[in-house]
Amino acid sequence: MSEFVQAEFVQTPSQTVGPFYGFALPYEGGPELVNPAHPAAIRLHGRVIDGVGVGLQDALVEIWQPDENGEISRELGAQEPDGYTFTGFGRAATTRAGDFTFTTVTPGSVGGEAPYALVTVFARGLLHHLFTRAYFVDESALEALAETDAVLKSVPADRRATLVAVADGPRSYRFDIRLQGEGETVFLDFDA
Amino acid sequence: MSETLASQNEINAEMAAISSEALAARHDGGQPELHPRRGYAPYRSSVLRHPTHALVKADPEAIERTSPAFGHTDVDWYESDLTIQHNGEPLGERIIVTGKVLDGEGRPVRNQLMEIWQANSAGRYVHKRDQHPAPLDPNFTGVGRVVTGDDGSYQFTTIKPGPYPWKNHLNAWRPAHIHFSLFGTAFTQRLITQMYFPGDPLFALDPIYQSIVDPAARERLISSYDHDVTKPEWATGYRWNIVLTGPKSTWMEQDDDHE
Repeated sequence: MSEFVQAEFVQTPSQTVGPFYGFALPYEGGPELVNPAHPAAIRLHGRVIDGVGVGLQDALVEIWQPDENGEISRELGAQEPDGYTFTGFGRAATTRAGDFTFTTVTPGSVGGEAPYALVTVFARGLLHHLFTRAYFVDESALEALAETDAVLKSVPADRRATLVAVADGPRSYRFDIRLQGEGETVFLDFDA
Repeated sequence: MSETLASQNEINAEMAAISSEALAARHDGGQPELHPRRGYAPYRSSVLRHPTHALVKADPEAIERTSPAFGHTDVDWYESDLTIQHNGEPLGERIIVTGKVLDGEGRPVRNQLMEIWQANSAGRYVHKRDQHPAPLDPNFTGVGRVVTGDDGSYQFTTIKPGPYPWKNHLNAWRPAHIHFSLFGTAFTQRLITQMYFPGDPLFALDPIYQSIVDPAARERLISSYDHDVTKPEWATGYRWNIVLTGPKSTWMEQDDDHE
């Protein structure tokens, strides 16, 4: 079908988001995939941390996830949230301390797979954004899950916990993102 | 943070060493590096922020093979003209930037949101932390959005951004650029990048641009002047096409769902 030779279409390189995206990319309602008053609302929060333990004040975190029933939203208006429609997409800039907070729902399992939210990190100093997954599974169930989940299986056992959103309070989950150093988050490459 | 800044010559030497090592690797049959090095020491901010473990190869699952949905109703027509967002005309050289967004097989990436942002003609961002002593332009914010057309095309009218200093090293200046953020039909195609202008004397000196060590790869970020895009008595024109990742990661059946 294609009238083109594939080799002509070589990927455009990535470049850093830089420190000065704050007037452009964050938007009203970006961190709220659902209203905090939603009965199933949870907090998904964490800190983006560099190689010496300092939080990044200029990181941008995006999540993309199914709803609590495992349905992937095809709703338009992901950047114009009406406060009711679940569009599955959220964007949050970090605070001065490097913290981000989303209000969302626990992602449901899609096709029987382990439930997770896709997490993307942009920042000054990141020449290419980073992908990871925040699994909503009990940490004690990780080992059993690693038998069936392809990504968890390919991750060394002692690094798997970096992929878990840990319950840290009523309807609250913590997912820290360590870019480097001890406890470095597992980042994923989908381009293989 | 209090250490003395490197000189441009020191940064140049670091960049040259990495380039010649990359060139040697290519001569030995290595693959071209399509993206920047994640850890590229001449760009100082990358040093403590790049992962030290190899990324884990993953096959995209359903959620990763889809992308948030945006439509033409999400974006107002005037958002693609950054020169009409205020009460007066912004200062600087009015330009039109146009091109196509394609996937790795050359198919148009249609009906997808593209966001752009940039400094004004004096090289200043409308951002509180940008305190570089160049004037803000009351008639220019530097933010635009557009949804690509059925043929993957996009077009913005804006002002050519100026180069600006930054504190990576002593006398560091960024080449003039416009930031682009794109969604493909799969979230794995997500891309944030920068478009540059042809002939910029700062290319060889800039560690962010040079972090793409393959010369052919980094040239893909340079737009071309296109006199057919230029409009008489109005604006000069630039053309720049963007290629997102290949179809391996896209979910073909979903292609028509982004209307």
